[in-house]
Amino acid sequence: MGKTLAEKLWDSHVVRSAAGEPDLLFIDMHLVHEVTSPQAFDGLRQAGRPVHRPDLTLATEDHNVPTVDIFKPIADPVSRTQVETLRKNCAEFGVRLYPMGDAEQGIVHVIGPQLGLTQPGMTIVCGDSHTSTHGAFGALAFGIGTSQVEHVLATQTLPMDCPKTMAVTVDGDLPDGVTPKDVILAVIAKTGTGGGQGYMVEYRGSTFEQMSMEGRMTVCNMSIEWGARAGMIAPDETTFAYLKGRDHAPRGESWDAAVEYWKSLRTDDNAEFDAEVTLDASTLAPFVTWGTNPGQGAPLSASVPDPASFEDEADRVSAEKALQYMGLTAGTPLRDIAVDTVFVGSCTNGRIEDLRSVAKVIEGRQVAEGVRMLVVPGSMRVKKQAEDEGLDAIFTAAGAEWRQAGCSMCLGMNPDQLQPGERSASTSNRNFEGRQGKGGRTHLVSPLVAAATAVTGHLASPADL
Amino acid sequence: MEKFTVHTGTAIPLRRSNVDTDQIIPAVYLKRVTRTGFEDGLFNAWRTSEPDFVLNRPEYHGATVLVAGPDFGTGSSREHAVWALTDYGFKAVISPRFADIFRGNSLKAGLLTVELPEKIVQRLWDDIEADPTTQVTVDLLERQVRWSGEVHDFTLDDYTRWRLLEGLDDIGLTLRHTDAVAAFEQARRPWLPSLSA
Repeated sequence: MGKTLAEKLWDSHVVRSAAGEPDLLFIDMHLVHEVTSPQAFDGLRQAGRPVHRPDLTLATEDHNVPTVDIFKPIADPVSRTQVETLRKNCAEFGVRLYPMGDAEQGIVHVIGPQLGLTQPGMTIVCGDSHTSTHGAFGALAFGIGTSQVEHVLATQTLPMDCPKTMAVTVDGDLPDGVTPKDVILAVIAKTGTGGGQGYMVEYRGSTFEQMSMEGRMTVCNMSIEWGARAGMIAPDETTFAYLKGRDHAPRGESWDAAVEYWKSLRTDDNAEFDAEVTLDASTLAPFVTWGTNPGQGAPLSASVPDPASFEDEADRVSAEKALQYMGLTAGTPLRDIAVDTVFVGSCTNGRIEDLRSVAKVIEGRQVAEGVRMLVVPGSMRVKKQAEDEGLDAIFTAAGAEWRQAGCSMCLGMNPDQLQPGERSASTSNRNFEGRQGKGGRTHLVSPLVAAATAVTGHLASPADL
Repeated sequence: MEKFTVHTGTAIPLRRSNVDTDQIIPAVYLKRVTRTGFEDGLFNAWRTSEPDFVLNRPEYHGATVLVAGPDFGTGSSREHAVWALTDYGFKAVISPRFADIFRGNSLKAGLLTVELPEKIVQRLWDDIEADPTTQVTVDLLERQVRWSGEVHDFTLDDYTRWRLLEGLDDIGLTLRHTDAVAAFEQARRPWLPSLSA
């Protein structure tokens, strides 16, 4: 029997395998940020251990970073201490750091790919659940906790049991106005937040093959939102074209050798997955969430569901609680939901292609009165590129705020937060209670829906304009 | 890591599913650089906005076993969620299903996650609510949960069980295999990216 892509990636990184023990997996790249690393560095210090492979470790500052005045020290003393702790740790242990204000700083899952550090065939980890993003390149990438961060720092390996494999197959052309974000929101609504639990997922089929790398990253990014351990897409010419010439991509003969190897990273025809999910691209529509987990979503044309319509009791109770928290009434058309805030950004949708698609919708239009729109590039490089293309002028002319790079309102560890009761349309990845600020209400949307919503003031798609 | 063998204590019924780690500890509490002191962040939004929330009810004070609905610990990888639970005094969490990263973090930090079928969890909720002084035993040696005459086996792989029983540090175990790591490193593909500090 052949192997799946996930199994090929796993097998090629097993340092040691013994019956009755987890495999010891080698990690090719370890990405580090300020929130989940301080206790790990402390652990090393207490045990007198060095970072085993600083050359395979990259740190950046993203979660706490203010998106205005990024060149000044952080005003919040607790946030500032956390960022300063990362700087001290990186200096002490010899780890490369892109700090606030640096031209390469940005959200960890945006800068890895843009530097060419994310390549097919690699294992990539980070103390952040959205590490699955890097799977878009045909890498095995997953989020880890702080104990594991310390383990990777100390040994460049992780002991792990091999998860099962699942295929998510979507074929066909996406209808107009339907984006990769809508595809993954539809997958999560179909499977529920636990549907991928215990699996390494491979997204397959012509719909994914036709996506840009940015689109593939959006899809893989949200794998964790339906519980998957990792999400990945086999590398192809789109992947190679994205990588060629990037700072850390191989060059010359190495490039040729790498591409030859990367082409072998495909699921064999006779391989079998432990589970399969199939969707037809032609049936998909712009998708938004109405509840408080990413699985509580529906097409924009639908209405807020009646909790009584859920068969499963846990789902019913969860929907009741969600509607109460969200301040919504069953039967309300989703298009009638008015928002106070539109957030464009995050490791899900903060890349140049996302900003371009928002600019295209909003150009020559105005953000609705009473709506605050934040556009936060995923990295300083994305920011520069957007400014070179004149996108910032389009955003500010429309009345949106153009910010500096960071995680920002995706989780509100910096000053960008919702106030209690405020409602957002957000291109980020989580609509959990209080995620964007205590009492804040989040609707997850695509960049296109975010842009149209900013113009109309209620959930909308560009077709509604 | 502290050893875990057998624990007996009272329990808290958390009748909610899809409890994500943002609920267990909101992001504003993640700014600390220490590994302790996270108990005030635990379920902070619910504790401060719902007077009747189970953690606010005096009959459950001092409980050490949390009994939650399915898909506990989804979302963010923050290990702070585990630290908040252990700092508060929990030794074990029972749920029909845990999110992978949360479960992994717990078992590394000595908080035992126990999966029991949804129907059994329902029964345990009913029994705790009927009598909050119900003593619940989580027995890692026998891989059993016991209370009021009920006995239910749970599964946990032998390796993880052994590690918890002995209180062993994963890093120490891996460092026994530095030769294998060195050999692997020698054979890595030459074009793979690397950085200088």
